[in-house]
Amino acid sequence: MFEQLSGRMSKVFEGLSRGEKLSEGDVTEAMREVRLAMLEADVALPVVRSFVSKVKERAVGGEVLDGVSSGQAVAKIVNDALIEALGGAGAVPLNLSAPAPIPYLLVGLQGAGKTTTAGKLALRLASRERKKVLLASLDVQRPAAQLQLQQIAEQVGGRTNGLVTSLPIEPGQGPVEIARRALDAGRREGFDIVILDTAGRLAIDEALMDEVRQVRDVAKPVETLLVVDAMTGQDAVNTAQSFKDQIGLTGVIMSRMDGDARGGAALSMKAVTGEPIKFTGSGEKMEALEEFHPERVAGRILGLGDVAGLVEKASEQLDQEEGERVAKRMLAGKFDLNDYVSQINQINRLGSISGILGMLPGMDKLKDKLAGKDLDTSIFNRHKAIISSMTAQERSAPEIIKASRKKRIALGSGTSVPEVNRLLKQFSEMSTMMKRLNKMGGLTGLMRGMGGAGGLGDMFKGMEGPGGRPPFG
Amino acid sequence: MAGFFSRLKQGLSRSSARLNAVFVKRQLDDETLEELEDELIAADLGPAVAGRIIEQFREKSFGENITPEEIRQTLATEISRVLNPVAQPFTLDDSRKPHVVLVVGVNGVGKTTTIGKMAHHYHQQGKSVMMVAGDTFRAAAVEQLQIWGERTGSPVIAGKPGGDAAGLAYDGLKRATEEKADLLLVDTAGRLHNQQALMDELAKIIRVMQKFDPSAPHSVLLVLDATTGQNAIEQVRVFRELVNVSGLVVTKLDGSARGGIVVALAEQFKLPVHLVGVGEQAEDLRPFSAEDYARGLVGDTKAE
Repeated sequence: MFEQLSGRMSKVFEGLSRGEKLSEGDVTEAMREVRLAMLEADVALPVVRSFVSKVKERAVGGEVLDGVSSGQAVAKIVNDALIEALGGAGAVPLNLSAPAPIPYLLVGLQGAGKTTTAGKLALRLASRERKKVLLASLDVQRPAAQLQLQQIAEQVGGRTNGLVTSLPIEPGQGPVEIARRALDAGRREGFDIVILDTAGRLAIDEALMDEVRQVRDVAKPVETLLVVDAMTGQDAVNTAQSFKDQIGLTGVIMSRMDGDARGGAALSMKAVTGEPIKFTGSGEKMEALEEFHPERVAGRILGLGDVAGLVEKASEQLDQEEGERVAKRMLAGKFDLNDYVSQINQINRLGSISGILGMLPGMDKLKDKLAGKDLDTSIFNRHKAIISSMTAQERSAPEIIKASRKKRIALGSGTSVPEVNRLLKQFSEMSTMMKRLNKMGGLTGLMRGMGGAGGLGDMFKGMEGPGGRPPFG
Repeated sequence: MAGFFSRLKQGLSRSSARLNAVFVKRQLDDETLEELEDELIAADLGPAVAGRIIEQFREKSFGENITPEEIRQTLATEISRVLNPVAQPFTLDDSRKPHVVLVVGVNGVGKTTTIGKMAHHYHQQGKSVMMVAGDTFRAAAVEQLQIWGERTGSPVIAGKPGGDAAGLAYDGLKRATEEKADLLLVDTAGRLHNQQALMDELAKIIRVMQKFDPSAPHSVLLVLDATTGQNAIEQVRVFRELVNVSGLVVTKLDGSARGGIVVALAEQFKLPVHLVGVGEQAEDLRPFSAEDYARGLVGDTKAE
């Protein structure tokens, strides 16, 4: 969208001649495009209005260079203002400095994803901060809501050596009673954090709002986090306003950022509540909760991609040492099928390819071409199956695999000989390519040649800061 | 129907109040039109649809001194003109035993609740209903549907968590056919419309059911959340590519969201809007009425 936006703006400024100042009229016309783009991204109208007028003020009086660069210059002002409006650079952490058990309260509309978010938060706190977390569902409205949280707690608990558990369900208790019981249990059993998951409610439902207020008064939460679906439309402002007025908030969590919604609601949330957006949830997996970095999400809203997010995700999910080991073997021309399996495992850990593409700038078009389809990663799993049917000797020296071995491998992996052939052919092509690379002075040399700078690491560094983004460079 | 209208109006009253503030003005000038357009956008009609409606409005009445009541009426007429063709109630095909309804949608829109409410409605009408707990993915989704089953006295076909939804759907269809049930409601796991693997699973559910009855499912209802913004258009587009969506259900219209996206969807896809959810009670799933909705949106004081 950024390309579109800056393209549209370039058109607006096309007729202007160099050296003139950008007049209010010129900018107003450009801002119409911004306004439309933001409304299409579901940013709430009042927020759009105030944003546009602020940006307009900044842009008027700028010097016209030519159509294109003026378009880019204004686009940069838009981008910077967006980052600022989303909360400025950097993530705001959860408040952990209170006597244990620290109560957190999760609130939000029905179906916003509170219960799943509760599980994700618990996993994060347990695995990163080594906190002992108690989960309690106060949702006595939706059938089986408490059971849902219990099942999530079991799942997360199993992965954290029991650091996460849920409060035993006692039928017939009201939300306030459950909250009291959770805090008692938290104190008695030495929990660090108690997460209270409230019933989903409608922003205008007085009775239910009253109920959360009572819970709040009993629990005195250190964090009251509003969970909001990234796909929310214009109503996001009403939701935020009523929760802020009636309950009081300390932060916001945007759920479902993995959808294709532009997430304009994030901007509305920040504008209305004034509180930081702390996390974004993206996916069904319990670890899919990321810190909110305004500079990245601005890029996302403007279609710039989220490179920094990808790098962070990669460094968390990938086994660095294993990666380096394989890379060394590659460079030494010793890459064998064992290394290939290790690579497949790494890729699987990163998640879907289209998810990764979405994070890369300029990949939007490619992503569009895939039309929302996930790239077929099942091929990797078939390859894994084929390789695991090979002997150790075959894996390290694939060239010994001839007809009868192929037949055996195909049978053992439930595939066919042609499939085994394809894998071997691909692998041999890969090896040839690597050998050729080595002759050219290795991967790092190649990258230096391509990037003109100090390799990949520098490329990413350059992209992180807003000023370093190539499109406005 | 008065009850429905008041529920809907309550939900929409917020937008009406704001629209009314605009209506107080007398002459239909540029400024008034712009404000009117903004309010339509704020109701989630989307910039394009709002712009078009206002443009037609301008052609008809620009510069005239018209009363707020007239503005209101013209606007309501304009909106219900778009909505009328899609306001088609859901009808149970009695010749089918069972009439198979597949319920799809993204996470958290209220699929399971919609199924529970539909089961309740048809159970009350003396129909025999069965449900398939096809959301084997979300924690406790099966139990949630089972509770609805108990409430409505309808059997729920359920399997293991993480089990094969297509197999369950097949079993459900087989059993419902054997017992000559009137209605079989098949729940599915919430999915984002850009998750290909999950979307493929949907196609599989349909394929497997068609092995038993080539005409199944007889309806595919796409459930949408009224609080969703412009992304709802994308949801409908993608689901329609994959499954033969026969109609829409719009939930959570009782909140402060105005669900103006319904107007945008009606214009673009012309898919029937069968039902709207206007409350938490089992009875609060109602047929969609274009006039009521349009009147509710612009705040007709004479209604009821």
